[in-house]
Amino acid sequence: MIDIASLLANGIAALVGPSAIFFALLAIGLNVHFGYGGLLNFGQIGFALVGGYGMGIAVLYFGLPLWSGVLVGIVAGVVLALLLGIPTLRLRADYLAIVTIAAAEILRLITRSTSMTDFSGGTQGLTGYGGSFRQLSPFDNGRFYDFYGVRFLGQDLWAICVGWTVVGLSLILVFLLVRSPWGRVLKAIREDEDAVRALGKNVFVYKMQALVLGGVFGAVGGIVFALTTQSLTPDFYSPPQTFFAYAALIIGGAGRVFGPVIGSMIFWFVLSITDNFLRQATAGSNPLISFIDNQDVGAIRFVLVGVALAVLMAFRPQGIFGKRSEVLLDAR
Amino acid sequence: MRVEVSAEVPAQPGARKPDPVLVIDSITRSFGGVRAVDVAHLEFQRGWITGLIGPNGAGKTTLFNLLTGFDRPDTGRWTFDGIPLSRLAPHQVARRGLVRTFQLTKALAKLTVLDNMRLAAPQQTGERFFGALLGTWGRQEQANTGKAMELLTRFQLDAKAHDLAGCLSGGQRKLLEMARALMMDPAVVMLDEPMAGVNPALTESLLQHVKSLRDDGMTVVFVEHDMDVIRDISDWVVVMAQGRVIAEGRSEALSANRAVVDAYLGSHHDQVLEFDADGNPVGQTAMLVAEIESELEAAIERGQDLSA
Repeated sequence: MIDIASLLANGIAALVGPSAIFFALLAIGLNVHFGYGGLLNFGQIGFALVGGYGMGIAVLYFGLPLWSGVLVGIVAGVVLALLLGIPTLRLRADYLAIVTIAAAEILRLITRSTSMTDFSGGTQGLTGYGGSFRQLSPFDNGRFYDFYGVRFLGQDLWAICVGWTVVGLSLILVFLLVRSPWGRVLKAIREDEDAVRALGKNVFVYKMQALVLGGVFGAVGGIVFALTTQSLTPDFYSPPQTFFAYAALIIGGAGRVFGPVIGSMIFWFVLSITDNFLRQATAGSNPLISFIDNQDVGAIRFVLVGVALAVLMAFRPQGIFGKRSEVLLDAR
Repeated sequence: MRVEVSAEVPAQPGARKPDPVLVIDSITRSFGGVRAVDVAHLEFQRGWITGLIGPNGAGKTTLFNLLTGFDRPDTGRWTFDGIPLSRLAPHQVARRGLVRTFQLTKALAKLTVLDNMRLAAPQQTGERFFGALLGTWGRQEQANTGKAMELLTRFQLDAKAHDLAGCLSGGQRKLLEMARALMMDPAVVMLDEPMAGVNPALTESLLQHVKSLRDDGMTVVFVEHDMDVIRDISDWVVVMAQGRVIAEGRSEALSANRAVVDAYLGSHHDQVLEFDADGNPVGQTAMLVAEIESELEAAIERGQDLSA
């Protein structure tokens, strides 16, 4: 009755798919912010928005080639980090949290405003900026490629290859940084800023560098995702997305290099499996589960993911990769 | 030698020292209506251990915070080796060689003991963003590790080098904080209550470590509210009460000082208390009670912990 093969095939497609890549990049950024630097950024989706829209607007409105659009997107992430960081990083941690979540919403509302239609496409969003990305694809864009039952359209396969390359490069960068004395200072700031100041380190500069770096990962995530979907819609960049990225980070283990990537893959795998299972189980004239309506599946799968997260926090509070000894210190 | 020199310095607040490393002039800091620090002139002699004592709320820690840039004064200036330090940020003060520790120890719990030490080493290329990526910091890191292990051995923490600092006992954290400060090769070490919350068995060893800092040529200033702790090791003692320096001198000379005894026991300790038939204070006693109550209120407004 339940088609396990298609369940798994869809699950694996989600495991390595565009969403997993997008949230892995968002979570890598949050890992730098929160996992290593202790900075509470609740507006990571805003960085993805300026990345994606920076690229789209540069190409469509200013007529720049795509590669310079990508640069514009990255620079937009840097500028956003500086704008948010300069007033808040000297203050207590919660101010950054308030400002970032507000800024992300402001950005979303501005991009979707009808007065901005000529510039950002308003509620219609933007399309047609990424054609040259697809032309670079070595795959046949319209053809389906089959890997033991896991099927990808050629154009998606190309985006996935590029996306995982970007994720890999990002992980190498994070790895090099956190094993260095720079990463040590950042971790020390997470533990106690004043102690680090007393040891002669300019805490503000380190926090700013971390905010910019993590913000750039967010912007790159936005760029990669916008190239994958070939369209930008403002309401995609809503606050819950940031918290999905946080969920991925915490599942994988904050403050570990691979944590955010594995967490994001697991998050989308579980979401896809529960979604597919529920859809199959509630479909047809004689459904396996009769008390759930087929319409409710979209909401219920998030409930199940929430339960799974709660169970994980109860039995493995450090996440998949975290060090239990570190988490236990907090309980003392 | 030190005792001979200190005998020549007059035992009065604001006394001139032969070779002061830190000179403070008319520094004030108020919290609301309370003058937490109000020091007209104060000098710290190079190469001495100077004990800064006073009852709770005397302004010792506030003075420390001001001198190290963690707090901003309302007025005042101070120089370190002749260089003005006022208005510098904490990290700039520390880089110039004036390094402090904290009353509530700030061991960085989720870093190993060794990483706590290496963190403190100054001018690391690997601490700059692009320096970290270039990967040319390996040799410097090795040298810093060597220096850190030497210091850890000296402070009997070498066996704990690879444990998380959060696993150390209170006394070991104090030792770690002191050792960490030494990684910066400071000229002046300012210790905020290095004995607070330390197992008495460790106190003696901590005192020996403080002495060894002086023997290495450093100037030590430390805050303490227990007179007995200070007596043995201080070359000079500065007594603060209600934000002011009320006495200075060699420790053995101070216990007889009337102002110091008053500061610790209250200036009314020989006053007869008077109560009316209902048990309410009257006359001089009523004024004293009102004074104590307003002090308590002020302390609570400052957010001070009265249980300490």
